[in-house]
Amino acid sequence: MSSDQAKDHPHAADVDRHVRAYIAVFVALMALTFLTVWVSSLGLTVKLAVGVALGIATVKASLVAGVFMHLSTEKKLIVLGLALTLVFFLFCLLVPGVSDMLNNRL
Amino acid sequence: MSASALIPYTVETRPDTGLNNVKIGIWLFLASEVMLFGGLFATYILLRGGAAQWPRGASILSVPLAATNTVVLISSSVTMVMSWASLLRKDFGKFRLFMGLTVLLGLAFMGIKSVEYRTKFHHELFPRTNTFLAIYFTLTGLHALHVLGGMVVNAYLWGPGSAMWQSEPLRFTNRVEAAGLFWHFVDLVWIFLFPVLYLL
Repeated sequence: MSSDQAKDHPHAADVDRHVRAYIAVFVALMALTFLTVWVSSLGLTVKLAVGVALGIATVKASLVAGVFMHLSTEKKLIVLGLALTLVFFLFCLLVPGVSDMLNNRL
Repeated sequence: MSASALIPYTVETRPDTGLNNVKIGIWLFLASEVMLFGGLFATYILLRGGAAQWPRGASILSVPLAATNTVVLISSSVTMVMSWASLLRKDFGKFRLFMGLTVLLGLAFMGIKSVEYRTKFHHELFPRTNTFLAIYFTLTGLHALHVLGGMVVNAYLWGPGSAMWQSEPLRFTNRVEAAGLFWHFVDLVWIFLFPVLYLL
């Protein structure tokens, strides 16, 4: 294995540490899934329910992206590429709403 | 000329990006997928925001079935990442076990999803019935197609594709990692679909 190739994969000794992290994240994801379902049965107001449900979903997604997809230790190039994608996504999301608001004012 | 000579940097790192082409390629693809699902999520938000009335997902859809599918998909993400870790440990037998479980869990997800769809059709609830069901079938249908695509790739890597482990183990490990990144993305999309469609 060349040094370049070795850099791309964790050393065997690190794999055990990674596996422990995967199991911990699995337990957390299960707990958060049950929390999501339980909170939805509390009869919260729509705004609060949306905030809580999307908040928990964001935490779960961060765990999957950060640990399972190794984004927390990934090269800057990939993180920057994804950040740019999110900017475009927010643009798509906000432009119609802002445009509606402006049209209503005129 | 071997395939690895035709496609450069499948294993070694590119000097300009500091990454191999497999990783760059799969992340660029996933970025396009973020835009695809992001556009549909934005559509959902705009439709819901503009609707005079919007049904609560739980009043039409089955929360227990969807919650079970969430557990199934999260479990499959763990088995997927464990299959990759098994290759790093050079344990091919464990790789086959975990990858096989990933494919089976994918099948379970699709089975539960088909039960859900069949129940809707039985009650004459179709995409044309109302806006909520139209966006529900569009989002979950597109997601199910992604699960199916991931399952085909995973089954290939479990079966005939695994022959590469003997000849080019690092390249095979990179392939499994790329397939895993796609599978985790599919899991990630479901993590948002579940509360948005079923619980709110």
